[in-house]
Amino acid sequence: MHPILTTVLQRLAMGVITLFFVSLIIFSAVEFLPGDFTEAILGQSATDETVAAFRAELGLDKPAYLRYIDWIGAVMQGDLGQSFSGRSASGVDRSRAVADLIGPRLHNTLFLALMTALVAVPLALFLGITTALWRGSFYDRSVNAVTLTTISMPEFLVAYLLILLLVSLNPVFPSLANIDADTPFWERVYKSALPALTLLLVIVAHMMRMTRAAIINLLASPYIEMARLKGLSPATVILRHALPNAWAPIANVVAFNLAYLVVGVVVVEVVFVYPGIGQLMVDSVSARDIPVVQACALIFAGTYILLNLIADIVSIVTNPRLLHPR
Amino acid sequence: MSDPLLHIKDIHIDGFSDERWHKIIKGVDLTLHRGQVLGLIGESGAGKSTLGLAAMGFARPGCRLTRGGIWFDGEDLMQASESRKQTLRGARIAYVAQSAAAAFNPAHRLIDQTIEATLRHGLRPGDDAAEDAKALYAAMDLPDPETIGLRYPHQVSGGQLQRAMTAMAMSARPDLIIFDEPTTALDVTTQVNVLAAMKDAVDRFNTAAIYITHDLAVVAQMADRIKVLRHGEEVEEADTRDMLTNPKHPYTRSLWAVRALHKPSLREDDTILSINNVTASYGTAPVLHDVSIRVPKGRTVAIVGESGSGKSTTARVITGLLPPLKGAVQFHGDTLPPALKDRSRDQLQQIQMIYQMADTAMNPRQRVSEIIGRPLDFYRGLKGKAQAQEVARLLELIELDDSFADRLPGELSGGQKQRICIARALAAEPELIICDEVTSALDQVVQEGILKLLLRLQDDLGVSYIFITHDIATVEAIADEIVVMHQGKVVEQGPKEDIFAPPHPAYTELLLSSVPTMDPDWLEKVRQT
Repeated sequence: MHPILTTVLQRLAMGVITLFFVSLIIFSAVEFLPGDFTEAILGQSATDETVAAFRAELGLDKPAYLRYIDWIGAVMQGDLGQSFSGRSASGVDRSRAVADLIGPRLHNTLFLALMTALVAVPLALFLGITTALWRGSFYDRSVNAVTLTTISMPEFLVAYLLILLLVSLNPVFPSLANIDADTPFWERVYKSALPALTLLLVIVAHMMRMTRAAIINLLASPYIEMARLKGLSPATVILRHALPNAWAPIANVVAFNLAYLVVGVVVVEVVFVYPGIGQLMVDSVSARDIPVVQACALIFAGTYILLNLIADIVSIVTNPRLLHPR
Repeated sequence: MSDPLLHIKDIHIDGFSDERWHKIIKGVDLTLHRGQVLGLIGESGAGKSTLGLAAMGFARPGCRLTRGGIWFDGEDLMQASESRKQTLRGARIAYVAQSAAAAFNPAHRLIDQTIEATLRHGLRPGDDAAEDAKALYAAMDLPDPETIGLRYPHQVSGGQLQRAMTAMAMSARPDLIIFDEPTTALDVTTQVNVLAAMKDAVDRFNTAAIYITHDLAVVAQMADRIKVLRHGEEVEEADTRDMLTNPKHPYTRSLWAVRALHKPSLREDDTILSINNVTASYGTAPVLHDVSIRVPKGRTVAIVGESGSGKSTTARVITGLLPPLKGAVQFHGDTLPPALKDRSRDQLQQIQMIYQMADTAMNPRQRVSEIIGRPLDFYRGLKGKAQAQEVARLLELIELDDSFADRLPGELSGGQKQRICIARALAAEPELIICDEVTSALDQVVQEGILKLLLRLQDDLGVSYIFITHDIATVEAIADEIVVMHQGKVVEQGPKEDIFAPPHPAYTELLLSSVPTMDPDWLEKVRQT
């Protein structure tokens, strides 16, 4: 077996183990939440008997380790469980499967993330490479100043500034991104434009600055001097000699930001009332809808681990020492 | 004679450091005709590389060409546009860097890098250039010339990379090649072959070259003329043979003098340290095989061999950093615990170490008084005033005045740093000091000072040295006994005169015959045998 494949499989196994530990942490963290679903639904006036009966029905009376085993066992079989919401103490059960609740929301979040990433990553790379090429120039300084500004502003502020500029003053985009499963594709894109733009401004800065730094870091290497002394043009020097050795740090920062697009968007979703998974999780936490909270947290953790795994693999396959061992 | 290929007149180059511009080159003239090889020698910081790069109209970042003229084949490079200079670089003027391992891009195959300049400048079609590169690899005596180009830089050895880089410079058939210390990073046994290959290539294509080095014996083999630089100024220039036999300037003569240092070896039967049948490995990779070495009291044992021969590993076994798999280290007849952590403070005190890179062997945030004071406190319990007095005494011993006590390592020159490291080792009052390539990173004149200091300290204090080195001239200067190591084994051990006198075991023969001498015909003679 090729050593790279072995390494990748090892990393994948490590990822699964990490995910297992994360599930333990998620479960214990949720345990620490004050109160539970029964108290949240029944309110303070409920009698102890009613609460106890409702708990028994939901299975909340079992010891924590048994509930964990039940949960993780079901998850491993692909069953995220039933949501608590829709169930009441009277025994009426109008609850929905967690997967059905999360599905459309996750789809929306991934749509927004993908739409942002498709523009942000190429843009960041382009800006990073060109600023490294013309470093010290007016162009370099302007790009750096702008990205520093956007990276320094809290994203809700960026969001409101964009609403001010592109909704109130110049009505170009809608301020509410109220989409659902039936919204046609281009209308979706149009309605998601402002949240996507907000996210773009936040993540491009980070990725662009890292790309620029990774390339400039290499420009002092003897092999870059050698490339210059071969009479290659500055653009060739950067694209052919610096960039291939800079992929590892760039892949890491890109993965970090893509993960952020999935797990860190809740503020932007709230501002634009975008029906994504971040909002769902926050709502579920306040309602103590534990199965949904746990499922969301697990999806977030999985996203992080998967994207970092991809970044690791990129670092490995762009390193000739690992790709072509002696 | 026809017009010179390269003419540099009164060139001035500034470098930016410590927030201001310094003069690096102060008005140097240089003339080079087609097919000629000029040797540029001098100590580090003399401006050799800067001048070499200026011949390509190139200034490193943080440097600038301020005044003077550079004419390449009649064209004024000081006035030429950047894009015009780009068309010359790699096509008509090529560069061979000091460390091929660093100058090859790790991300591309050798062949792609070898013919890159040729292709970019549109000199030949790709297939043609690739075939030619293979021929050049063969001419450079590289193994598997047909396929070696498909490898990545990390897949070939340092000596092979250096030859591949010469092939890379040759690919475009330039009129001029700048060789910037191309063999400095190589072992002597490798260096001979690389030198021979480079000389062949230069002769065959009648290429002019500037050969930059600090090694006189090497420049004697390569150059028709030699120019000596110091502090950015020319000291003198003459034909190689004239320069070698009759150096005019006192500075040049001082460069020549270092190689003449010779210490007669003394015998001593009293053993201070013995290594008995030691076998050691890093993980599963075996490094030392059944190594036995005896160190006589108050004498110097030089361990010589090329990189990877196990010299430094032997030092790690002696100090306990690497416990051996088999065998033992005895000090005054008592077996030392194999691992460092099991040794008593007394045992630690007896054996001290000095390293190659004085820079990295000192904490840059500690003043000299702390660096030397720490072992004084740790081993001898000296504190406060007594410690300060002892630091002053040690500084005097290493020929520095006590104002150095307040300095930081960054405020010292290379030679001074190494002296402080010597003082730190002496502070423990050890009986044995292991010197690991302590002069390799220093200029020749500074080397001479350090070697003389070490000899004097041995006379005064009776300390024994284990001197690890790859440089035969250093061995000549300091050793009483020699241990020759190769591939983790001891080839032979004995008094210096015996080892240097024939007959030799095969490896010793190879090692000794690979050391360049000041005879300009040496390389020719070696190649014929």
